[in-house]
Amino acid sequence: MKPPAQRLAWNEPNALDTLAAWLLAILWILPLAYAVWTAFHPSEYSTRFSLLAPLTLDNFRRAWQAAPFARYFLNTTLLVLMILAVQLVLATLAAYAFARYRFRGRNVAFALVLVQLMIMPDILLVENYRTMAQLGLVDTLVAIGLPYFASAFAIFLLRQTFMGIPKELDEAARVEGASALQTLWRVYVPLARPVYTAFALVSISFHWNNFLWPLIITNSVNARPLTVGLQVFSSPDQGVDWSVITAATLMTSAPLLVAFLLFQRQFVQSFMRAGIK
Amino acid sequence: MTAGRGDSAAAGSHAAIHAWLLLLPALVLLAAFTHWPTVATFVDSFYSTPRGARPAVWVGAENYQAMAADPVFWKAVANNLWFAGATIPLSIGLALVMALWVNERIAGRAFLRMAYFTPTVLPMIAVANIWLFFYTPQYGLLEQFTGALGLPSHNWLGDQRTALACITVVAVWKEAGFFMIFYLAALQTLNPSLREAAAIEGASRWYFFRRVQWPLLMPTTLFVLVNAVINAFRMVDHVFVLTRGGPDNASTLLLYHLYEVGFKFWDTAYASALTVVLVVVLASVALFQFFVLDKRVHYK
Repeated sequence: MKPPAQRLAWNEPNALDTLAAWLLAILWILPLAYAVWTAFHPSEYSTRFSLLAPLTLDNFRRAWQAAPFARYFLNTTLLVLMILAVQLVLATLAAYAFARYRFRGRNVAFALVLVQLMIMPDILLVENYRTMAQLGLVDTLVAIGLPYFASAFAIFLLRQTFMGIPKELDEAARVEGASALQTLWRVYVPLARPVYTAFALVSISFHWNNFLWPLIITNSVNARPLTVGLQVFSSPDQGVDWSVITAATLMTSAPLLVAFLLFQRQFVQSFMRAGIK
Repeated sequence: MTAGRGDSAAAGSHAAIHAWLLLLPALVLLAAFTHWPTVATFVDSFYSTPRGARPAVWVGAENYQAMAADPVFWKAVANNLWFAGATIPLSIGLALVMALWVNERIAGRAFLRMAYFTPTVLPMIAVANIWLFFYTPQYGLLEQFTGALGLPSHNWLGDQRTALACITVVAVWKEAGFFMIFYLAALQTLNPSLREAAAIEGASRWYFFRRVQWPLLMPTTLFVLVNAVINAFRMVDHVFVLTRGGPDNASTLLLYHLYEVGFKFWDTAYASALTVVLVVVLASVALFQFFVLDKRVHYK
């Protein structure tokens, strides 16, 4: 981030741009704003806008009681942290091997990793379900996470970063008697910290939001993450009213939304960093 | 390391063992949940679905013939192409405009960035709920708006002509802000002296964009394009909430059809054949990126 010494006034957005940009932004934020309105007001105000409408938290209370959201929150949190932890460890080891070792079959191995960038686990539902059934893991948190544990994206990202770290640092550590794993832990991991943060944010938001695979592989409250729980809860046949559904919807998105508002800059930068190869 | 013979060769094989040990956990998992299922899916697509006591038997191309004769499959293909054809240009175009705006000193820039990007971090399944409310007949927000304009009531999601368009709108809304980030990143790496030069030359804004910014953004556009194509074939969460593929399959997408066949009708053989189609689509997009677009990036 390096703002030029002095921005030229030339070509800056004019009033018309500003107006259009704001209109688009309001349009973009409208669904969320509307959900907030509905969730915090009694249901009779869900389609009637009045500044005098009383505020209430009742919808949240009713949603919380109507479905085991506490359990869903716990499941999602455990799931997201488990996936992230395993991803980071496995990807760090693999990326280090690719970045600093020369061995026969390295290119083939790397190509095999990159295959996952093309064929994401979200598509191979039938076979992966079968595997989980054979392993007896259906309806467990581990089953939701397993296909994502080895992340080609994380390996790729970390390998690029590790390759940018001067070899001299590695050699200096070796001379002082550090083993490969010690070098990795003391030299590479600390230097790659921003990339770890970036990947963590991307991974957490992806798995917090992931739906199709968890839907298929879970069938009880024990393992269901928030997204699937919300979908079960807000199905049309459940007969809950809109205010309660929007309250549940906001609850589900709240942790990410709050994190995003607090760490907006980091979020945006991490997506940038993660996206640019 | 320039290895000679003897000692260093031994050291080399030692290093190779280390390297493979480091790779092992990741490669085992990749093999188990990406490579093997891909191959198995392909093989299974030539067998029948095992049912009860009857095991799977070789049926050759029967699943594919069934697919060719399946009107829902063709409907899903047509819908998916329509969906891709609409979401890709719309979300990329909007992303570019958003990025050009928030890259400049515009009033309320921080708010604008946040507003555009927020949909990206929210769960699709959650925001689809909100959109469902928007589209609800009689009292939904859209109805209230059109009603105020004196237009007749319309069931947006229940009408075959509008259901797919409604789904498309949600997808564009969700994706534009995400792609904006990549354009924004690219714009910020452009050399500021280009701007100074253009200012001195007195170039118009449109001219500057067309002749300087746009060509320099080309690699980003290609990257975003590939992502957009892939997303167009794997984004289905909102279909579950908004229409469930209906009415009468008017909004079924390929992945949703695959889900229905595999996990509602439990016809796993036919589902495998459908998976093969999706894998081929996604793999060709990715290979196109690797070999045609990204020639300068070497994966070594």
